[in-house]
Amino acid sequence: MSEPSESPSERSSWFGELWRSWPGRIGAALVGILVLAAVVSLVWTPYDPKQVEPRQKWLPVSWGHPFGTDGAGKDLLSQVLVGARTTLLVAVLTVVLAAVVGLTLGVLSAITPRLVGESLAYVIDVLIALPTLILALVFVAALGGSVWTVSLALGIGSGVVLARVVRAEVSRVLTQDYMITATASGSSTWRSIWRHILPNIASTVIVQLSLIAALAVLAEAALSFLGLTPVSTPSWGRMLESLQQTITVHPGALVFPGLAVVGATLGFNLLGDALRDAVDPRLRGRSATVSPVFSSVVDRVEDPAIAPVSGGGGT
Amino acid sequence: MRYVLRRLGLLLVAVVVASVVIFALLRLLPGDLARVIGGTQASPERIDAIRQELGLDRPLVRQYLDWAGGLLQGDFGRSALNGETVTGQLGTKLAITAPLVLASTILSVLVAVPLGIVAGARHRRADGIALSAVSQLGIAVPTFWAGLLLIIVFGVHWSVFPAQGFPRDGWDEPARAIESLVLPTITLALSQGAVLLRFVRSATLDVLHQDYIRTARAKGLTRSQALYRHGLRNASLPIISILGVQIASLIAGVVVIERVFNLPGVGQMLVRDIGARDLEKVQGTVLLLAVIVLVVGFLVDVAHRLVDPRLRVGG
Repeated sequence: MSEPSESPSERSSWFGELWRSWPGRIGAALVGILVLAAVVSLVWTPYDPKQVEPRQKWLPVSWGHPFGTDGAGKDLLSQVLVGARTTLLVAVLTVVLAAVVGLTLGVLSAITPRLVGESLAYVIDVLIALPTLILALVFVAALGGSVWTVSLALGIGSGVVLARVVRAEVSRVLTQDYMITATASGSSTWRSIWRHILPNIASTVIVQLSLIAALAVLAEAALSFLGLTPVSTPSWGRMLESLQQTITVHPGALVFPGLAVVGATLGFNLLGDALRDAVDPRLRGRSATVSPVFSSVVDRVEDPAIAPVSGGGGT
Repeated sequence: MRYVLRRLGLLLVAVVVASVVIFALLRLLPGDLARVIGGTQASPERIDAIRQELGLDRPLVRQYLDWAGGLLQGDFGRSALNGETVTGQLGTKLAITAPLVLASTILSVLVAVPLGIVAGARHRRADGIALSAVSQLGIAVPTFWAGLLLIIVFGVHWSVFPAQGFPRDGWDEPARAIESLVLPTITLALSQGAVLLRFVRSATLDVLHQDYIRTARAKGLTRSQALYRHGLRNASLPIISILGVQIASLIAGVVVIERVFNLPGVGQMLVRDIGARDLEKVQGTVLLLAVIVLVVGFLVDVAHRLVDPRLRVGG
């Protein structure tokens, strides 16, 4: 992890490593199923997910309707497949935005002069105090609910958290011998960022992004469950919200859309954990699930035990 | 003591920054409050009148300062739609939300800390791995779905607890009020506990690899003796930090849970106001939540300082 650049062969061994562990295999499989479901739903679903069939309502699980039907006779499997699109879209948009926000803020706050960098880091700390879901609620209140609004809010919210991790990682890289050598040999700032800093923080960032994707899946489900996304957008959270109204009579219908959310979230989380083990064997067996971000604001105690994500060397 | 004062100063700055961010988000994003209140049929004159009445025609800085001035006097703003004040409703809302948050935090700590230590200390044994897997699964389960499942099992199937709602007379009917909070508390504690368990496990694993544990083993203590006498004190530090981080996700969780269980608390109020685009009131409520998170962060930092003598040396 300390070599400044990685060759393609190293990268492929990453995935080899990933496939060797059970969490890696399960994670990759679950994410694969999500992608497959989203893609397949574009061209084919067993039934039209919006087709109302009054005579087919509340059908139990069967070969014809593997997940059953809802109160309007709409096929639940078809709805889950179409919902996967929204979930995947929000996850991808959130991850891209979080990467842009997190890398920009994180690198800037680490390489700019101390006063600027410290102030920036401080603003990051304050923004972290705004829970991402609440931030999303504010965005929805101001802009109206849509896939874009939700992704924007989640991307910015988790991007700020990522910035904190990136800052710590960049600070670590800056103290390494190869960075000092690069600076001494006249490497420009941009060249240093591109050639030395980014490749060295890439593994940590990728792990974090995978976990952010999991967070986005959960948050999208929660927001649409709260009824804050448009009715027209198919979504697992929306399905659960409407099925909740008949929970006392038809509890079984809630099982599959819920399991879909669990599967997608679990997939990204396991993938993150396994990637982390693959890129840094020293951390094997430790949790990567949530990055601890709120250590002391004042003196930035970088206790490796508090910040396993940012420390890197603290086993 | 100097540390506490310095940290307190930074807390105040953080509150100001948070208020500016929230204000800016809600004002700079498009969406005209006067138009929302006036309705789509309102004449331009009517909309101008509403705008004047609400003070929306003032310059932005003036609007912010007026709002901030009100905050200093304990006025968190009022609804532009029906004139209800945030602080006026807060008492009755917090009487539901605060016990929910506190009880679930206590419950999650009581369950997750011992289990997390076991999962860490026995991380190669079947029980340790099983605990770890269960917590991984627990993190992936959306809070609202867990709540719905609990409603199905305990509220509908066995009818042990009320499935939804809060007694009309609130805490004047203490027995029924407590009963109606049981399932929401368990739901929140489950999702918080799953995250907490992973952190405790991770902290325990960290401690197990420290030199002082090896020394303690060398002088003849068994593994568990070494862990209990020397390890847990050290592991407690990151755990305290995590509790600070969790308050943010707990607040997000409470918003969703209040909707699932139909509890008239702060979260439900916030979602309803957002649906009505009552920005004035949303602004006050969100700031209040952010302040709670910041204050908890402050308290956690100070507690951290008190517990860890290593941090005290610097003054």
